[in-house]
Amino acid sequence: MEKKRVVVGMSGGVDSSLTAALLKEQGYDVIGITMRLADESRDFEENDRGCCSLSAVADARRVCEIIGIPHYVMDFKELFREKVIDDFLANYAKGWTPNPCIACNRYVKFEGLLTRAMELGASYVATGHYARIEQDAAGRWLLKKGLDEKKDQAYALYHLNQHSLAHFLMPLGVYTKVETRAMAERLGLPVARKPDSQEICFVPRDDYKAYLKEKNPACLQPGDIVDLSGHVLGHHAGVPLYTIGQRKGLGIAAAHPLYVVRLDTAHRQVVVGSAGDVFASGLIAGDMNWIAIDNLQEPLHVMAKIRYGKKEGAACISPLAEGRVRVDFVEPQRAVTPGQSVVFYDGDTVVGGGIIEQPLH
Amino acid sequence: MKSVYLDYAATTPPDPRVTSCVAEALAGLYGNPSSQYSFGRDARAAVEKARRQTASLLGASPEEIFFTSGGSESDNWALKGMAFSLRAAGRPCGIVTTAVEHHAVLRTCEWLARQGFSVRYLPVDREGKVSFSVLAQTVDETTGIVSVMLANNEVGTIEPIAEIGAFCRARGIFFHTDGVQAVGHLPVDVQALSVDALSLSGHKLYAPKGVGALYLRRGVVPDAFVHGGAQERGLRAGTENVPAIVGLGCAAALAEEALRDEAQRLRSLRESLAAGVREIRGSWRNGPLDAASCLPGHLSFGIAGIRQDTLLIRLDMAGFAISAGSACSAGSLEPSHVLRAMGQDAEHAQSALRVTIGRFTTEAEVASFLAALQEIVADIRRQ
Repeated sequence: MEKKRVVVGMSGGVDSSLTAALLKEQGYDVIGITMRLADESRDFEENDRGCCSLSAVADARRVCEIIGIPHYVMDFKELFREKVIDDFLANYAKGWTPNPCIACNRYVKFEGLLTRAMELGASYVATGHYARIEQDAAGRWLLKKGLDEKKDQAYALYHLNQHSLAHFLMPLGVYTKVETRAMAERLGLPVARKPDSQEICFVPRDDYKAYLKEKNPACLQPGDIVDLSGHVLGHHAGVPLYTIGQRKGLGIAAAHPLYVVRLDTAHRQVVVGSAGDVFASGLIAGDMNWIAIDNLQEPLHVMAKIRYGKKEGAACISPLAEGRVRVDFVEPQRAVTPGQSVVFYDGDTVVGGGIIEQPLH
Repeated sequence: MKSVYLDYAATTPPDPRVTSCVAEALAGLYGNPSSQYSFGRDARAAVEKARRQTASLLGASPEEIFFTSGGSESDNWALKGMAFSLRAAGRPCGIVTTAVEHHAVLRTCEWLARQGFSVRYLPVDREGKVSFSVLAQTVDETTGIVSVMLANNEVGTIEPIAEIGAFCRARGIFFHTDGVQAVGHLPVDVQALSVDALSLSGHKLYAPKGVGALYLRRGVVPDAFVHGGAQERGLRAGTENVPAIVGLGCAAALAEEALRDEAQRLRSLRESLAAGVREIRGSWRNGPLDAASCLPGHLSFGIAGIRQDTLLIRLDMAGFAISAGSACSAGSLEPSHVLRAMGQDAEHAQSALRVTIGRFTTEAEVASFLAALQEIVADIRRQ
């Protein structure tokens, strides 16, 4: 029987390297692909922390030689520009705070790579994410958290649909980081890598404000900083330069600390309030994707996570018109930020998720 | 599975006759050619024989041939060496070149521009050809150097070198041509072309990598490129790479002997390739349509809706080696500067594929490639 072909997205890091090595051991016909996402401008060369930088290509190539699999570079620049960079700028322009890594996962690293992998005659695409894909008795594909709680990445994958889940492999989801390091060492893979970056790969020096000024200066219009009753307390150089929950850098002297509560691009206002005002009792989300259920028909008790790296909190979710969802927290949550993703869990299982549109106070 | 190599423009497989010359020289001619005793004299004799063989292929005199490490070095030397030599002599030293040169020329010119030399780039037509009349209008009293490639590495277009050469000769302008892709595949006569300098590369004509030559017309003296010993008349120091130079000489002799018949055979094989590609829905051909205006073994084409990188990977997995644009830029996945200069939009330029055939390509290989290409394209279109 012919071996099943699987494409592995290779960044040169230990997780994707180990993924490729494990699948080769399991008898798959493995092909390593490094995705080129941005132009090779000088800006980009300086920034070799991103997952698709030039050093990533060289690292991935070396790893593929060690494992003994073919390595290719594929071009995803246009898709990345349209779905990630343009979307990033558009989000900021409307006063939202996007998570470009989620957009990149969704449209580029999953949808995009899956399409291209099928063109290469592959049956599967594998990634080094710490999450598990399982099928239930009824045949539905489920996304579950990685067994290593600290490394779990299921949050960033809530957008996967049944078609994608059926074609993705995530062999690392059942291991802990300690186990993966031991396996990588046993297989002779280079593990001494820089720590994972939390920075945005296309934003030089991680300075998104400078990036906005350069790429979309029109979105930066000066306006007022106001309190919750509309009193003008100060001025700002552009709503997108602020984030919800921010305290420092407001330039206002006040008796008690002030925090950004809301960003209002329509009135060019940055609304500030007390520490307590930053807490929300719920939120409204849209652009939903459901995994464990077909659709949300009636209220459901879940655990909700409103940001990468934040702890989950108990909540009740209920359907609204046009596929939107209302989320009511059991305990108020701090800094609910439009543009970020909210993801719902039932234990280890991802129920679904969407993009936060507005907090409810 | 037997692999089929169809990327002769990237590099050629060494001719087995060359391989044995190189092996013999490597094992037997280990003396330093600068030494006076027999070991050195033998090595020196072999280098000089290779110089005669290389000169003969170009219609040049042996003392006009300078061995280098390859085409890129020859291009660098010709341009930098002449630019600085002319400037030091207080003579015009402006450079006129084309938008479709190899990066060895383009990047050198960019560097020279940063050193204060003026550089102008000539456009090309839709087939990649430089207009002689535009060149004649561009060259002025500040121009000291003209560099136009003999034939293009990506699309195979042969440039009007004899015409440009005569024009430059009449005005006393130094004229360099990058002959890397053409030498050994087309008849090249430096007298007939009126060139002052010509770059060539060993590994493009069935000799080893790491060796090339620069033809410099008698009396043309650029600044030295590698300073050191007296090798290559003091202009390019460093102990000669004897085995590779012997290989280049051997390859030059073989090319001179086989060139005309081979070119004819390759043209007809290339046209059958082109005919097979034409049968694929949505395909187009880049470069000159007239067979005589194109290098015999070159075919550049694209297929609508088929991504270049996907197709190259599928072909590689099926055992066929072809290239996107040129080998040097293939890793970078940037749209070809040559096709852009030819007026193609980014999408077309990005989907260009290059098949280049040569001495060892058989009809059966071409047929099996076409069958694989048609099958893979159909399969991708089914997805």
